[in-house]
Amino acid sequence: MKARIKFRKYGVMKFIGHLDVMRFFQKAMRRADIPIAFTGGYSPHMIMSFAQPLGVGVTSDGEYLDIELKEPITSEDAVNQLNQVMVEGIDVVSFREIPDDKKCSGMTIVAAAKYQVTLQESFKTSDAIKRIPDLWQEKVVNFMNQPEIVVLKRTKRSEKEMDIKPMIYQMETDKDGIHLFLATGSEQNLKPDLVMETFLNYIGEKPEEVPLHYHRLEVYARKPETPATMLRNQGEKATADIGEQFVSLEELGEVVR
Amino acid sequence: MRKLALNDEILLKIEKPARYIGNEVNSVMKDKEQIDIRFCMCFPDVYEIGMSHLGIQILYDMFNRREDVWCERVYSPWMDLDKIMREENIPLFALESQDPIKDFDFLGITIQYEMCYTNILQVLDLSGIPLFASDRDDSDPIIIGGGPCTYNPEPLAEYFDMFYIGDGETVYDQLLDAYKENKKNGGSRKDYLKKAAEIEGIYVPAFYDVAYKEDGTIASFAPNNSHASKKIQKQMVLDVTNTYYPQKPVVPFIKATQDRVVLEIMRGCIRGCRFCQAGMLYRPTRERDVEVLKQYAYNMLKSTGHEEISLSSLSSSDYTKLKELVTFLIEEFKDEGINISLPSLRIDAFSLDVMSKVQDIRKSSLTFAPEAGSQRMRDVINKGLTEEIILEGAGQAFEGGWNKVKLYFMLGLPSETEEDMKAIPRLADKIARRYYEIPKDERNGKCQITTSTSFFIPKPFTPFQWARMYTNEEYIARAAIVKHEFQEQLNRKSLKYHWHDAETTVLEGVFARGDRRIGKVLLEAYRLGCIYDAWTETFDNEKWMKAFENTGIDIGFYNNRERAEDEIFPWDFIDIGVTKSFLRREWERAMRGEVTPNCRIQCSGCGAAKYKGGVCVESKN
Repeated sequence: MKARIKFRKYGVMKFIGHLDVMRFFQKAMRRADIPIAFTGGYSPHMIMSFAQPLGVGVTSDGEYLDIELKEPITSEDAVNQLNQVMVEGIDVVSFREIPDDKKCSGMTIVAAAKYQVTLQESFKTSDAIKRIPDLWQEKVVNFMNQPEIVVLKRTKRSEKEMDIKPMIYQMETDKDGIHLFLATGSEQNLKPDLVMETFLNYIGEKPEEVPLHYHRLEVYARKPETPATMLRNQGEKATADIGEQFVSLEELGEVVR
Repeated sequence: MRKLALNDEILLKIEKPARYIGNEVNSVMKDKEQIDIRFCMCFPDVYEIGMSHLGIQILYDMFNRREDVWCERVYSPWMDLDKIMREENIPLFALESQDPIKDFDFLGITIQYEMCYTNILQVLDLSGIPLFASDRDDSDPIIIGGGPCTYNPEPLAEYFDMFYIGDGETVYDQLLDAYKENKKNGGSRKDYLKKAAEIEGIYVPAFYDVAYKEDGTIASFAPNNSHASKKIQKQMVLDVTNTYYPQKPVVPFIKATQDRVVLEIMRGCIRGCRFCQAGMLYRPTRERDVEVLKQYAYNMLKSTGHEEISLSSLSSSDYTKLKELVTFLIEEFKDEGINISLPSLRIDAFSLDVMSKVQDIRKSSLTFAPEAGSQRMRDVINKGLTEEIILEGAGQAFEGGWNKVKLYFMLGLPSETEEDMKAIPRLADKIARRYYEIPKDERNGKCQITTSTSFFIPKPFTPFQWARMYTNEEYIARAAIVKHEFQEQLNRKSLKYHWHDAETTVLEGVFARGDRRIGKVLLEAYRLGCIYDAWTETFDNEKWMKAFENTGIDIGFYNNRERAEDEIFPWDFIDIGVTKSFLRREWERAMRGEVTPNCRIQCSGCGAAKYKGGVCVESKN
């Protein structure tokens, strides 16, 4: 049986990097008595895979890991047992069984992620948040109305120009923050800080002087019936009903009773 | 949610912020309004090293069982944060509460090796606590030191209010109760120090005066305060089964050096190797009950979620119930993906059988620590490992499929000759020859024999405490002789040789047997910028040499002379049970190349029997 665990990461845990969060969960599985399955061989390891790594400093309401179980456990028991061995800053939100087929399992299905970006009083803390300037609302619209949004992408060997606009499925703003819906995963991947850096440059602000906090809200897979090509080159129409083309990773699983 | 001492901007800029945020699994939070004593435990090195230390975990657990005490932790900030804290005047803080160390009642520092001494000054300095005990007042925490280096605390005497000599499990309750009592009665810092000095095992350096002879050796060492006693008794927990042991050790988020459950199976060692300080300090050998250990293993794996368990002791093969314990661990936990690691095992049929069950033979290597190359030299150091035993063990292992061997030796041992040095590569070669005796089609390619040498440092309370050391150049010359001889060996292509540099050896030598006067070299070195001396990337020998020059301290006086039989040592005021006359007898036997049997074969009357416990009473039970 395969299961998907959804968790939140916040507070001081934002300083714990992805690899250490993986180690944390390996140990947590043992502490919580989750009947997780192992690989064979001399140094057996847990069958466990994480979705999209979260950068250090970023908080999240939608982190995921998939595990394989050697015997079944109910969702309620698993969530309770895990939450008893968590630390402040990591909460397990759900535990769901996922089908074995490739369309639902494995973290290669990750296709998009939603972020909330807030403006901080200073770089020193993410606790004090400022209102987004009213002018930004219009600037975001203008930014997204550009025919293309070209950035310089640096790799080890070269610099190359790239249009990131097709990977920004949605960018909206209100007084609480900027909401981003971005292509994410192994096929196409756009990081929220690159979008914000490009936006700030566009509106004439220096990115290194604007303290921002990034919070991931959810991670999505593409709905099985939505082919990738449908998303591209559709302009505003695609943006309008974008939500219907994706499904959260959690929704692909079923509660075990 | 706890407020962190460091802001986001700093934490996102430095390496591994997880070192400074606390919040680890099994770390203890308490309401500071509800407790009487705030104790901060410090390991003066980086977090990953400090978190791997069992002693702190034991004391952390023991203190936090008391409702009136909250024990927290602090480690040396790494170089990147050290710089920022100095620039921005951020005081050093404890991981749990994130409160400044200066607000605590106690700062307990475990002193595990000499090369952490500048980091002790760093911790005091960053905390805003005066470096000299004499400059502290009632607003400062009591600075207490413990651990192996406190068996000669004198180089650090001026920086500590007190030292706890011996096993931590015995008199801390008394010490804390006396503190509470003194606080209640409105007593001063000095009043408390007097009370503490009356507790067995507590050494308050300010209460002692040292006088020196013209030749620089000690003329007298005596208390200057009626509350202090002439001799400090080493503290000893006789029953290591019915005492404190942390069932829920703290689990770091980042990978610590020791990222596993550590099961201490016994304390002390029966062997009596003459260079080994731990072998003398922790006499008599005391074993933990095997049934209790099984329960501990289970509890600790469950509470931490670690995927590995390691046995800890000075010589695991001497634990009488080793077979039973190891078999239990394998049967109980192997199928749950738990690794079992067994350091310090003698290589024999049993250990090879166990190792073949718990590790991948193709990847793992065997370790031998003959410590000396020639039989003569091994007799001098009383290392009861013979060439026959080594070749027999290696042979069995080679036939079992292993092809990697690691060998550890010391250079610069007392009475060492060029022949003794050359015996090291020759022994390595004999092991390789043993491997190539196996028919080609039955062996697993080439063998790999890796030899490492370190330089011998005479330690207090060992039979070699009278021995001389050598200069940096002399050590390197000795390593060169060994290296050259390696090139002469038949199987040189299968042999690898590594040696440690000698610069830190010289410094360790000075601090291991130094007196109070060398405290000022330490301070001068720190002022010149020395810190993290145990780390090759930060160690700066030139600054150290400059510190010796500036303070006029002569390294040769401490290192390069054989001490006279009647010399008063800085550590003579400590009574570890093992007597100076026994150590002298052992020194003389060493010089004659006579071996001394281990504690189980025959009692040699070392003096530890006065504790009336452990191996000294084993056969009489």
